[in-house]
Amino acid sequence: MNAHPSIAEPIRPAEPALPEGLIAEPMVRFERLSKTYPAYRDKPAVEALKDVDFAIARGAITGVIGRSGAGKSSLVRLINGLEKPTTGRVIVDGRDISALRGQPLRLAQRSIGMIFQHFNLLSSRTAADNIALPLEVAGWSKADIRTRVAELLELVDIADKHDRYPSELSGGQKQRIGIARALATRPNVLLSDEATSALDPQTTRAILDLLANINRELGVTIILITHEMSVVRQLAKEVVVIDDGRVVERGHVADIFTHPKHATTQTFLAEVLGDAVPVSLASRLVQQPAPLGQAVIRVQVRGSHAGDTLVARLARELSVDVALLAARIDEIGGQPVGSLILGVPGGEAAARQTLAYLSQHQFAAERLGYVS
Amino acid sequence: MSPELINLIIQATGESLFMVSTAALVATSLGLPLGIFLATSRKGELFAAPSVNAILGVVVNATRSTPFIILVVAIIPFTRLVAGTSIGSGAAIVPLTVAATPFIARLVEAAIREVDGGLIETASSFGATPLQIVFKVLIPEALPGLVLALTLAVVSLLGYSAMVGAVGGGGLGDLGIRYGYQRFMPEMMLAVVVVLIVLVQTVQTVGDHLARRLNRRLRHR
Repeated sequence: MNAHPSIAEPIRPAEPALPEGLIAEPMVRFERLSKTYPAYRDKPAVEALKDVDFAIARGAITGVIGRSGAGKSSLVRLINGLEKPTTGRVIVDGRDISALRGQPLRLAQRSIGMIFQHFNLLSSRTAADNIALPLEVAGWSKADIRTRVAELLELVDIADKHDRYPSELSGGQKQRIGIARALATRPNVLLSDEATSALDPQTTRAILDLLANINRELGVTIILITHEMSVVRQLAKEVVVIDDGRVVERGHVADIFTHPKHATTQTFLAEVLGDAVPVSLASRLVQQPAPLGQAVIRVQVRGSHAGDTLVARLARELSVDVALLAARIDEIGGQPVGSLILGVPGGEAAARQTLAYLSQHQFAAERLGYVS
Repeated sequence: MSPELINLIIQATGESLFMVSTAALVATSLGLPLGIFLATSRKGELFAAPSVNAILGVVVNATRSTPFIILVVAIIPFTRLVAGTSIGSGAAIVPLTVAATPFIARLVEAAIREVDGGLIETASSFGATPLQIVFKVLIPEALPGLVLALTLAVVSLLGYSAMVGAVGGGGLGDLGIRYGYQRFMPEMMLAVVVVLIVLVQTVQTVGDHLARRLNRRLRHR
């Protein structure tokens, strides 16, 4: 019976933990950080971030997820020093970036790359010249710039678009240029601010694959700011959920999304998984039990392979001919997450017995109604 | 029309072109930085200096709201100080420049403000200095708008230059008033008007063409 993992025992992540030394020195560390935008004219003061205190691991891909207005944008702008914290510090690669100003800040910013939702390419420059811009700013020689730009175009797989202007390129190609530009000065950190939010699903996947490659091959730490659960799920190992300026949950993606605690996390999860009830079934659902009908029960599957044999076990142990009406199982961080919709015949007694069995085995389940 | 009169027209056209091109050149070299500063010096912007911005804004507006013919007379002492005289084409360049500079500054400000703020943030994010942002981002991105702004300024200057004729500035306007109006020579008036139309048409066509070429390169295939 206890072979099935329960909510009380969190599942260990499938992938090995980072080596000790790397955890000891995080890439980004927020220390008791808060950011308040002062009242201006008729607008009241806004507390964008409140007492944020966490670290982002070196070399990993970390997702920061939150609704719009949760404070995500402030967080990135604090990492690359575009804004200063009201209190607290931001340590990037061992340096207190919140204390830097002027030229030292500009030098530090060269080791922090950033990509944007709307790409932010200069329409007056070709692909190659856009990528060259941060190198020109950093004072590289023309010859060095040419070599580096050729390398970068190759890296993001658009070498043939060298002389094209942004207006001649697709969204995916533009974001590739954005990525190449962000990597031009060989940064240690790449900040992605909703970088795939303006792209279609297929292009999004391609861009996320590219980011994964860059992380793997160049060892660049990637911080993904997004409101899309699917982005975090596909790419990130670690996730930080922020809501209303606070970090409400963080940890391994698999842990967080198999056992979401905070309401915000739960709604993000529901967005990816849906409620799993097919339209045709939903239209037939009634609230009154029908003679010879079935009770419809939704069972949440969170982690491990707990759901695999559930239908068979119900049939065997309760002698109920449970029907599998619908199911939606997705994989998050290598763990199955989703829900099963079961049809239980045999009237009220059988339904109650099934629910009791499920709760006894730590499955979250609810009765949705009945179908005849 | 006699050869003498045609010579007069050619001479007056030369004077007008001299006044307008010199004034446009000087006004641009003053108005461009002024416009860029106006566009980038409000609270929280690149060269944030809100009080300087406000004061410059008032000065620019004051100059722009003064009717040109009054401005010409009002600044005669200043014109004398700069040009040594207040009469003739050379002297007329001074009020023309004074009138065109704030005009160009406002047009430049509008063109620069058209540039997507995200680009400034992007350049700041990889450590560009404010001056690098001006020269590598703002000016190149606003170029089509800047070309149209200068075209408009030159066309306005041609109109103004006809007005300085009234106060002894020479040029086409002077010719039109003295011969066409005072000596009642309608053919002279007509000739002056035709030359002015051709000049304005040429400037506008060249400006439009240039802006379109830049724009096509930037935004379309």
